[in-house]
Amino acid sequence: MRYLPHTPEEIREMLAVIGRNDIDDLFASIPADCRFDGAIPVPTAMTEWQLGALMRDIAATMTVGPDHCVLVGAGRYHHHIPEIVRSLAGRSEFLTSYTPYQPEMAQGTLQGIFEYQTLTARLLGLDVANASLYDGASALAEGLLMGLRVARHGRRVAVSMAVHPHYREVVRSYLRPTGYEIIELPFGPDGRTDLSPLQGVDGLAAVAIQSPNFFGVVEDLKEAADPVHAAGALLVAAFTEPLAFGLYRNPGRCGADIACGEGQSLGLPVSFGGAALGMFACRGEYVRSMPGRLVGETVDLEGRRGFVLTLSTREQHIRREKATSNICSNQGLCALTTAIYMASLGGSGLRQLARHNYDLSEYLKAGLVAAGAELVFSGPTFNEFVLRFAGDFAPVRQRLQDRGIVAGIDIGGCSPPHAGCYLFCVTEKVTKKDLDTVISEVRA
Amino acid sequence: MNGTVGASGLILNEPLLWEKGSKGRRGMSMVAAEVPNAPVDADLCDEGPDFPDLSEIDVVRHYTRLSQWNFGVDSGMYPLGSCTMKYNPKLNDRLAATPEIACVHPMLDDACSQGALRIMFELQEFLAAITGLDAVSLQPSAGAQGELAGMLIFAAWFESRGERRTKILIPDTAHGTNPASAALCGFTPVPLKSGADGRLAVDTVAAVMDGETAGIMLTNPNTLGIFESNIRAIAAVVHAGGGLVYGDGANLNAIMGIADARKCGIDVMHLNLHKTFSTPHGGGGPGAGPVCVVKALEPFLPAPRVMRDEGGYRLAAGGAESIGRLHAFHGNFSVLVRAWSYIRSMGPEDLRQASRLAVLNANYLKARLQGTLHLPYGQPSLHECVFSDLLQHGAGITTLDIAKRLIDYGYHPPTIYFPLVVPGAIMIEPTETECRDDLDQFVAALQAVVQEARDNPELLRQAPVRTKLRRLDETRAARHPCLRG
Repeated sequence: MRYLPHTPEEIREMLAVIGRNDIDDLFASIPADCRFDGAIPVPTAMTEWQLGALMRDIAATMTVGPDHCVLVGAGRYHHHIPEIVRSLAGRSEFLTSYTPYQPEMAQGTLQGIFEYQTLTARLLGLDVANASLYDGASALAEGLLMGLRVARHGRRVAVSMAVHPHYREVVRSYLRPTGYEIIELPFGPDGRTDLSPLQGVDGLAAVAIQSPNFFGVVEDLKEAADPVHAAGALLVAAFTEPLAFGLYRNPGRCGADIACGEGQSLGLPVSFGGAALGMFACRGEYVRSMPGRLVGETVDLEGRRGFVLTLSTREQHIRREKATSNICSNQGLCALTTAIYMASLGGSGLRQLARHNYDLSEYLKAGLVAAGAELVFSGPTFNEFVLRFAGDFAPVRQRLQDRGIVAGIDIGGCSPPHAGCYLFCVTEKVTKKDLDTVISEVRA
Repeated sequence: MNGTVGASGLILNEPLLWEKGSKGRRGMSMVAAEVPNAPVDADLCDEGPDFPDLSEIDVVRHYTRLSQWNFGVDSGMYPLGSCTMKYNPKLNDRLAATPEIACVHPMLDDACSQGALRIMFELQEFLAAITGLDAVSLQPSAGAQGELAGMLIFAAWFESRGERRTKILIPDTAHGTNPASAALCGFTPVPLKSGADGRLAVDTVAAVMDGETAGIMLTNPNTLGIFESNIRAIAAVVHAGGGLVYGDGANLNAIMGIADARKCGIDVMHLNLHKTFSTPHGGGGPGAGPVCVVKALEPFLPAPRVMRDEGGYRLAAGGAESIGRLHAFHGNFSVLVRAWSYIRSMGPEDLRQASRLAVLNANYLKARLQGTLHLPYGQPSLHECVFSDLLQHGAGITTLDIAKRLIDYGYHPPTIYFPLVVPGAIMIEPTETECRDDLDQFVAALQAVVQEARDNPELLRQAPVRTKLRRLDETRAARHPCLRG
């Protein structure tokens, strides 16, 4: 096996140094009744070319491939990834290193993550961002747990029902054994969260609102901030499409205390939903309650600028069971990748790309409405929107799929009241020609 | 230092991103607008983030220079104990980037994604086969989330039986994340002392196991590299008390095809695919921490999982007892593909051989370094060995000094000051992918460092001197946090 470098002669010599006759002797401490019986029941080894052929066979079973036009978002977004992002993030010095415990040997990772924290904090409009959490959903769960730590006497959190349904499931999983109560906030005909159930609720620690939300609707976070703060709670702004902040006001400037969500759309492939990136930022006063790793600036013995992991007294390896989170490995390379992406776009590029996505999606939205579809929510959207069709849309959708276009998804599976309603997403990867095809098929 | 791996290189300075660039530069070309500008609600809008504008070559030079300040497994030996920094095969990266696989959208119907589902299904089966356990969920994104899954399963199991248990037993040789994971689920960790032989004694567990104790979290082999050979008897005590046994699988690389988790009495176990199954660690993730369970606990696993029937592969939602989702979709899928590729490449014989050679390498280093460094536990150990700085105390030299001087010799230092049961611990895990020559060079480097500690200890205190930066002031970073530019 090419990954195992030992020759039989080397093994013999090494055993002689150890003073054993056989490698198996080194396992004498494992009792007979703990031993594995026989060979591991997995398939026999494959060579590089055999495995390549198997992967080609597997790829051939994927009926929606890279040449399809996929008008689906709902938490994962098909954006163009510049070639330099793949190439630079794939450098093995980044790829094959561990968590930067020895800063003198990991300044590349450390400066890269410091820059990621900075760009993320600027994008989300907050004082400090951490080095990443697993994904947007667990970032939201951690954001609510942090709200409960900050509030001290809080025992309830509120979560909008316009938050991605999978995120709400993850929040329930994380909070289930803690005994904290989750209040679900409904949404109105405009697709925006209704905060009125919060009146008179005591012990409220945090309120989570996603913007743009699961239906693509941009929430009025600025309006929400005052009532949430008046209730003594933190405003936790979730997101699945951070590109929106190239156009719309970011969570921090709207008054959010914590912003947490998914970074995939900033340079990571969709890849069945992972590897993902949990982005997490908060106001400076709460930094010591924050989950996850932080990189900070310092100097070396000669006074030169450098970077280290810091404020680790919040973390599991120091504070053990009193840590702010149990997270250890996070999504380091994904964070670095999105930093490379954000650097490639720059402020001007991000604004332009966000505007481009918005215009294309508004074009499809207007075209489909003109063709007879009904907009389910009246609120403003970013690059996603929900439509209801006069007749059965499924056969139209199938015809489009046969022509290489996946036209939205029926959201009834995750939002039962909206069975038969379709969530569409448009990004810069889509051409006007594709959109015109969809519009004319619906009109027909 | 003649003849060692470390040498001075052409390392270039590079400012922070926002200290370079110029407004209006562009690293990504934008397509021309094909559709008209749509009206937008100005009240909701803003001017966009304050990012620097850079050209493509600005970005390329920036990150190329940063990468050259880093050290990875591809650069050299990385014997970081309990982290299993083995070689990360290039083929696995290539396969994970297969266009049809890298573009698959998780919200489409199962029929669109049969290939991706097949890979997940096979990996579930492979991991069950390797551990000896019955059912697997691939959702957890890293080891600590796998532990959390395990503890959530414990909590849900007792809830389903109408029991409330509040304590969890954790030996001092377990992994550092264990107490925090248990605490997230409302369990209070009860620390257990390991014996003088580095193993947990059955009596220690029997003395505290009671009706309020949910079970035990055991790392096996433990963080001293020693197999917990009492594990079956310990599991029997815990099971007799109505508790469950959690096996932290972070050290699975020692025992693939050699020990069977089910026979050991383990009910729940997480694996670290970024350790045992060779996926690259990426400077701190993404990892993957699948959780494996015995049949009785299968209904409690996170969902969805992949099932197979006549119609093909499908995602199956969890039942009422499932702890639910831990990830918006299916965990770190691209990491799962790499691990699948690794297991497919290795096959049953070489997986077992990997563990045998990992243990051979660790024992070879242990034999060659005895006398050079103090060995606090002489018991037979498996894939890693733990030394200490006791012999260097006379010269006023600490583990940190030894670690930093090793950097000048071109090695990533071992894990230091962990496990906590060994003061000044130096925890070495070479993995199976280092050849004998490289191990010999590492031994020579450590011996040279120890000689320097006697002859010229100041060299160690000043180290590293050949890196781009010297020792960094961590106290200052914590006292005056500067977390962004």
